Amino acid sequence: MLSGGMLLLSSALVGRMYYLQVTSRSQYELLAEQNRISMRLLSPTRGDILDRFGREIATSTTDYRVNVIPEETEELQETLKALAQYVPISESDNERISKAASRQRSFHPINVANNLDWQTFSNVNVNMPDLPGIQPDVGTSRFYPERELAAHLIGYVGAVNEQEVAEDPDPLLELPDFKIGKNGIEKVLDSQLRGSAGSSQVEVNVLGRVIRELSRQDSVSGRDVRLTIDLDIQKFAANRVRDESAAILVMDIHSGELLGMASTPSFDPNDFNGGISQRKWDSLRSDIRKPLINKTVSGQYSPGSTFKMIVALAGLEAGIIKPDDKLGCDGVFRIGNRLAHCWKDGGHGNLTVREAIAQSCDEFFYRLSLDVGIDKIHEMAARFGLGERYNIGIMSEARGINPNGEWKYGQTGERWQGGDTINVGIGQGYVSATPLQLCVMGARLANGGKRVLPKIFLDDRVEYEEPASLGINPEHLELVLQGMEDVYNHQRGTAYLHRSRGKDYKIGGKTGTTQVVRISMAERQTGVLDNEDREWIQRDHALFVGYGPVENPKYSVAVLVEHGGSGSSVTSPIARDVLEFLIDRDLTAEQPELPGQEV
Amino acid sequence: MPISSRIGDHKKKNLRQKLTDLNWFIVFIIVCVASIGFAMLYSVAGGSIDPWAKNQFIRFMIGLIALVVIAVIDVRVWMFLAYPFYAAALGLLVIVDVMGSMGKGSQRWLDVGFMNIQPSELMKIALVMALARYYHCLSDEDTLKLKSLVKPLILIALPVLLVLRQPDLGTTLLIVMGGIALIFAAGVRMWLFIGGAIAMIPAAIGAWQFLQPYQKQRVLTFLDPESDPLGAGYHIIQSKIALGSGGVYGKGFIQGTQSQLNFLPEKHTDFIFTVIAEELGLIGGLSLLGLYFILLAYAMIVSVSVKSQFGRLLILGMVVTFFLYMFINIAMVMGLLPVVGVPLPLVSYGGSAMLTLLIGFGFILSTAIHKETSIPRGGAFA
Repeated sequence: MLSGGMLLLSSALVGRMYYLQVTSRSQYELLAEQNRISMRLLSPTRGDILDRFGREIATSTTDYRVNVIPEETEELQETLKALAQYVPISESDNERISKAASRQRSFHPINVANNLDWQTFSNVNVNMPDLPGIQPDVGTSRFYPERELAAHLIGYVGAVNEQEVAEDPDPLLELPDFKIGKNGIEKVLDSQLRGSAGSSQVEVNVLGRVIRELSRQDSVSGRDVRLTIDLDIQKFAANRVRDESAAILVMDIHSGELLGMASTPSFDPNDFNGGISQRKWDSLRSDIRKPLINKTVSGQYSPGSTFKMIVALAGLEAGIIKPDDKLGCDGVFRIGNRLAHCWKDGGHGNLTVREAIAQSCDEFFYRLSLDVGIDKIHEMAARFGLGERYNIGIMSEARGINPNGEWKYGQTGERWQGGDTINVGIGQGYVSATPLQLCVMGARLANGGKRVLPKIFLDDRVEYEEPASLGINPEHLELVLQGMEDVYNHQRGTAYLHRSRGKDYKIGGKTGTTQVVRISMAERQTGVLDNEDREWIQRDHALFVGYGPVENPKYSVAVLVEHGGSGSSVTSPIARDVLEFLIDRDLTAEQPELPGQEV
Repeated sequence: MPISSRIGDHKKKNLRQKLTDLNWFIVFIIVCVASIGFAMLYSVAGGSIDPWAKNQFIRFMIGLIALVVIAVIDVRVWMFLAYPFYAAALGLLVIVDVMGSMGKGSQRWLDVGFMNIQPSELMKIALVMALARYYHCLSDEDTLKLKSLVKPLILIALPVLLVLRQPDLGTTLLIVMGGIALIFAAGVRMWLFIGGAIAMIPAAIGAWQFLQPYQKQRVLTFLDPESDPLGAGYHIIQSKIALGSGGVYGKGFIQGTQSQLNFLPEKHTDFIFTVIAEELGLIGGLSLLGLYFILLAYAMIVSVSVKSQFGRLLILGMVVTFFLYMFINIAMVMGLLPVVGVPLPLVSYGGSAMLTLLIGFGFILSTAIHKETSIPRGGAFA
């Protein structure tokens, strides 16, 4: 009986063994694998952002770090003290490390210091025998060698936030040190730059310590992004307006490639890498010159007199004015019971279109715009790319306003008035444009009326296509360009003082000065304060749209200096210097070699 | 009457004959089982004889010598020593208890220099011996009387109370079950057991109050291990994973992921069967069960041919104790019983259990050698 009982119980054991090891084996096998195998993500190297010649604007650099593994130290504090001979360790570092050491498993490395220079790093390496538990480590971090030079365009990277994790299923985002694009091209092309995660299957023990690697799939590095930007031009242009609150753009008028695109004041995107300090952030945010705004595409300004070419072309194309027709200017233009003044007291007298552009006569354009009407002006402005978002692929591109009656009614519920038209006639009032749009306008004027579109990404795979014609009479275009040529080169031209001297070529352009604060009748009568006497924030914006060389146009340049004063005195010399730099460089053929052309 | 004449017509064997009569096949099987233990201890140390395999081997050799010595000593000597042995074991239990209450905390063993001795392990043998002697000296009619149950129950109750205070649930169960099985084997009527089982219900409820919280938790976790996968149920779940993932052929020696990566708890002691099943598969587990079966079957066969009641009961008591070790341990690691801390006989790392079992087999082999020896019932030893 005793034997029977024992046999019965034993057979229960055998039955259970069979059930576990044969019947349910696969289920338990899976569980065992889940226990021991842990997937480690391998983060890819982020793609570089390069200029048109392959020079780095944003890249990943090796970051020399020092970690400590508490388990391998004899005494953590002793080791840190010894390390402090080579690497500065602050009191707060010490606290952070101690705290981490008490929380984590003792074989997990704890970061001690980052971004060490090579000298310090090699010092640590040489002294490794005296530093048990210290682990020198080489990682990568984002680096912007040109710092603030193209910050608005490039943007920056930063740590992933919770919302981003929720929206993007990429497991990389959950890596603790992972950075993603937060602004500019870094953000827009993040998926291309990011690359894809690799994985390493490792066997871990119950404490999570890695025993060995079972399999590995390397990560795929992000793809580089080539920009149309020429770093030399970018540098020259950005430095030329460095001390201003300004935007400057340089474009190839045939291809639409943007060669330079800078907004000042700028910021150093490197500051954002490890999370920007609150103090720095606050100072960037509170700066009235708005260093965080990309003024080239996000700033919307009254185009001022730079809009006069549009009005002139609208009049010429509609046949309302002929090239030789003259309109008079006596300094004051009456519309209804309102007086509209020309910038020149006493007026310009009778002027042709060409002269009116060169001298930037306001009254001429008051009259002309009234005759042409807002619809034709609107239509011509649209042809030159105003009020249009190009979606060139960078962030926060503004649309600007190319107004007409319908637009005003939609906005205000009021009908379009003649007074609205004369305001638009001199580029004030409802019309507004971004510096990029003005640069495009300049390019379309200078390239013979072709609908060129701006480009910021260089893509060799796309064949160059001659842009479509805007269908504008070449003679009319020529006339307007002559007016722009005279701006610099005619004695009466508004930028004659800042003309290009001693060159074999000529440059053209158009000044613009736009009021930020309306000058009241009372002020006019009591004597208007000079621009310089007003608060910076109340001073006029200065603009310029230029092109060159006149003989064979190649470049379009747009310059905006916020509260800079008058376009003729502030922006025309800037545009001249940039155009001279561009044209001189072409003439001396001192261009960087294209990659692959080395001998 | 002189003792020699009481032994009857049996011719006394000399040492050489005794050694020849010793069942060396069974010794070989014991060595086989223990060797599986050495191999597994070598494996769970990641392929090293330290810290477990070497120690275990040394203890086994000491135990094996003890086994042979016990086997060749006349079974009557053991019968004579049964009560003193019981008294000694009980005394050691009291010492452990007193030391525990003297502020050294819960303690189950005594340090005797070269090894730690668990008195509760020794008590398992001593109880079997004492009960065997008691029933040997009782006539068959007296055995059936109800009042004859009083003394055996006291013999069982004394160590049980002491061991429960330690507190050691597993050993307590082994002592109680071993004792009851022996009473049953002595011929006490079945209805008494049924009545006893019913009487145990209030006792069990009383015992529940007696249990430490962690012991209660173990019982509760046993009933539903998945309810607390990272806490108390963790051991059982990981053990089942290890077993199940071993499959028919196992993952290979020193290749068990669950054991080598420490997912398995107590892998060198109570859960060593899991390592065998994980690394050597169903085949390995069944082989070990087969070896155990040979040992137990041999002991049962001997018990039938033994002439003395003491010898018969001694063997049956040892067999039941051995079987309970094996059954509870394996059932526990497979999730059939709560985790109670019973080692796998001859395999788990640990000196006392190993020694206890080898001594037990010493008695069985001694009885086998001296199976012709008939000892008069009643009288002198009663």
